[in-house]
Amino acid sequence: MSMPPLVPPLVEVKNLRVDFSSATGVTHAVRGVSFSLGKEKLGIVGESGSGKSVTGRALMRLLPASAKVRADALRFGETDILHASERQMRALRGGRIGLILQDPKYSLNPVMTAGAQIAEALRAHSRIGAKEAREATLNLLESVQIRDPRRVHDAYPHELSGGMGQRVMIAMMLASNPELLIADEPTSALDASVQAEILRLIEELVDSRGMALMLISHDLPLVSHFCDRVAVMYAGQVMEELPAADLHKATHGYTRGLLECIPSLTEKRPRLPTLARDPAWLAPRP
Amino acid sequence: MAGAAPMIEIDSLDVRFGTNHAVRGVSFHVSPGETFGLVGESGSGKSTVLRAIAGLVTEWTGRMAVDGKPLTRRRGRAFFRTVQMVFQDPYGSLHPRQTVDRILSEPLAVHGVAGADARILRALEEVALPRAARFRYPHQLSGGQRQRVAIARALIADPRVLLLDEPTSALDVSVQAEVLNLLADLRAARGLTCILVSHNLAVVAHLCGRLAVMQGGKIVEELDEATLRAGQAKHPHTQDLIRLSHELEEA
Amino acid sequence: MTGPTPGSPIADAATATAALEPIPPDAVPEAAGALPPEPGAAPRRREWLLTDAPASRAQAAWGRRYQAWLAFRRNPLAMAGLAVILVMLLLTLLAPLLATHDPGIQELGNRLAAPSAAHWLGTDELGRDVWSRLLYGGRITLGMVVAVVLLVAPLGLLVGCVAGYAGGIWDRLLMRVTDVFLAFPRLILALAFVAAMRPGVESAVIAIALTAWPPYARLARAETLTIRRTDYVAAARMTGASHPRIVLRHVMPMCMPSLVVRVTLDMSSIILTAAGLGFLGLGAQPPLPEWGTMIATARRFILEQWWVAVMPGIAIFAASLAFNLLGDGLRDVLDPKQR
Repeated sequence: MSMPPLVPPLVEVKNLRVDFSSATGVTHAVRGVSFSLGKEKLGIVGESGSGKSVTGRALMRLLPASAKVRADALRFGETDILHASERQMRALRGGRIGLILQDPKYSLNPVMTAGAQIAEALRAHSRIGAKEAREATLNLLESVQIRDPRRVHDAYPHELSGGMGQRVMIAMMLASNPELLIADEPTSALDASVQAEILRLIEELVDSRGMALMLISHDLPLVSHFCDRVAVMYAGQVMEELPAADLHKATHGYTRGLLECIPSLTEKRPRLPTLARDPAWLAPRP
Repeated sequence: MAGAAPMIEIDSLDVRFGTNHAVRGVSFHVSPGETFGLVGESGSGKSTVLRAIAGLVTEWTGRMAVDGKPLTRRRGRAFFRTVQMVFQDPYGSLHPRQTVDRILSEPLAVHGVAGADARILRALEEVALPRAARFRYPHQLSGGQRQRVAIARALIADPRVLLLDEPTSALDVSVQAEVLNLLADLRAARGLTCILVSHNLAVVAHLCGRLAVMQGGKIVEELDEATLRAGQAKHPHTQDLIRLSHELEEA
Repeated sequence: MTGPTPGSPIADAATATAALEPIPPDAVPEAAGALPPEPGAAPRRREWLLTDAPASRAQAAWGRRYQAWLAFRRNPLAMAGLAVILVMLLLTLLAPLLATHDPGIQELGNRLAAPSAAHWLGTDELGRDVWSRLLYGGRITLGMVVAVVLLVAPLGLLVGCVAGYAGGIWDRLLMRVTDVFLAFPRLILALAFVAAMRPGVESAVIAIALTAWPPYARLARAETLTIRRTDYVAAARMTGASHPRIVLRHVMPMCMPSLVVRVTLDMSSIILTAAGLGFLGLGAQPPLPEWGTMIATARRFILEQWWVAVMPGIAIFAASLAFNLLGDGLRDVLDPKQR
């Protein structure tokens, strides 16, 4: 991965800036973020307000109209996202890019069965009959390791547990065979045990299908567990980008501070160190 | 005195919502000044136990007592003077149409406490909020600041028992550290008796001397902090939780 | 990042981004006086109102009102609505001064005259001056509307909130009563009621109010059902507050915005119901000018002498539209998050 690739990377982001304007002024949500992504797993970590989700959404052009997006380059494969037509974007969203959101309770349609929603996703991207769609849906449910795909196929979202709902969500996103999976806090609403299972599932699927993964999360240790590279964001900028395995060698004060203020089960500390925010972190970076 | 008379006594507590038997025969005692942890996954009934103690859930049977006084279904004003609660979601637990000043003066008005003005200023100071926050609305504050307001509201009428329902799980880790430190300081300064409900073993181990692990509405194991940290839990579910916690901790 | 939170209105001009940052923990200037500054010092008064750190509750409250007004002022349609309503109220209040004729004087030789210098808006079928009748009619019509709203909104709000909050037997009882009123055809119930009483403006108001409150109760109950499950209501219970206190101080304010919108949408139908009752001889009694009744009696001449019906029609239309625009603006201002 260290050699510069000859083929252009799947995702290229150069100097991305996103501003939100409202009646009271302009908020700079993303202030010059650059990264590129091949067939690998990139973790984007940051606290609320760091601009990590906005970055992911800018890539799918899913931001509200009040957002002003500028970049030197914002490309997915050959598509220039800044200038693509809405039609091209629709082919990307839910086509070549899949998006998994935090809470399946809100991202699944409550009045459609899980199977119907997956079938709809399938039929949006390929011309297949109802019968084939059902077959393919069951296959997809199986591929996200649901033990009883037939039951889940006919279940409504409220009849499914959080973990099961998230599996259905993933199956829906796999329907179009995407090249990139953007997972925005995919497990924050789940229990720790289910959290690990879902992330392991995403990891397996990404590896076996040769997808790229962008995992957006606030949980630094968790992300480093499942990603190749980690970009740490603060106040709309990338503070530090490093291989996940070297996280314990992180040099930036913000990354170190984030790691240290987490309470530990092994080590007893009477007081938790708190993060001292250095104003220098806010300075624009090259 | 310590250990002689428990501050909180829960004996074979059962909670049923219709056919859903959410809490099954839960019993534990908490001594004055102690912080007791309740750990479990979602649906284990840990929050329901807390809400039953707080009087927010009325469908319970069993015996509960706080400070030696048995609890009834309906709680009088004196109960809420003794027992207070901090909720999980600082976005949902503060009234969106009330300023911080109004939120903090509400308990004082209900209990007829004099000197509201001075008390509110002192409460803000205690939770390290600037005075400028006093006349702001919750949506003008950050998540951590909101949780500080919620803590200030709980403590403003000087309760002796504080119930904490996942007080930091909606916060960023850096803010979580600040709030946990704040809770530890306030607990020491006021000699509070606390029950902390959390899914996060590390958070519970940080604040609690003793804890109970819940699964399917039952307490499966009660252990102290040292045993937990040493990984000497006996019940397989506790061992699972510890293993997961370790796995996610080592980065 | 959960998307950009709208900035604080406090950060009006210079400190737009500061509202998103944590409040700086530095000390607040203590000397920001607790009393309003000298009158006449307009910029200083504005500063006093918009300060980031009010020194007293009164200052904070006035600051909030001023900010609400600033937010309201930014909405041109709402301002237009407010202006129209103020002008109408002024015209009707000054009716004795502005009217060119006595609204009750008949001039049978000059029936159904077209608008002219003598009769600005023409005359009606009994030769009465339409302009003067409009001015005096506004007193009755707008007065009825306001009276109905003042009766209906609090009643519906109270019934709905109590039913939604208490639940169980209270909910069933109150909602079945509501259903009974909702099931009656509006006009017929009002008719029966007025027939039992003395026909007139007061009984028309009560009759309309009696049939208009159920939708408000339904609306308030639906809102309350979601509100009562929130953590902030649980937190209010944890303060030890009594149930009436929670309903009045914590639940009701949350129901207000949708209620205000509903009220303003209902304004026109209240005017029309009043007209219907008047037409049937059960509302405002004949010599009294009332907009709805004026239209009703003029309907026979609508093709030939259109102005007789159209003038009060325009008045009703303008009033309803203005109330709707005002209501929309008010709803936004009532929600501090929208500002």
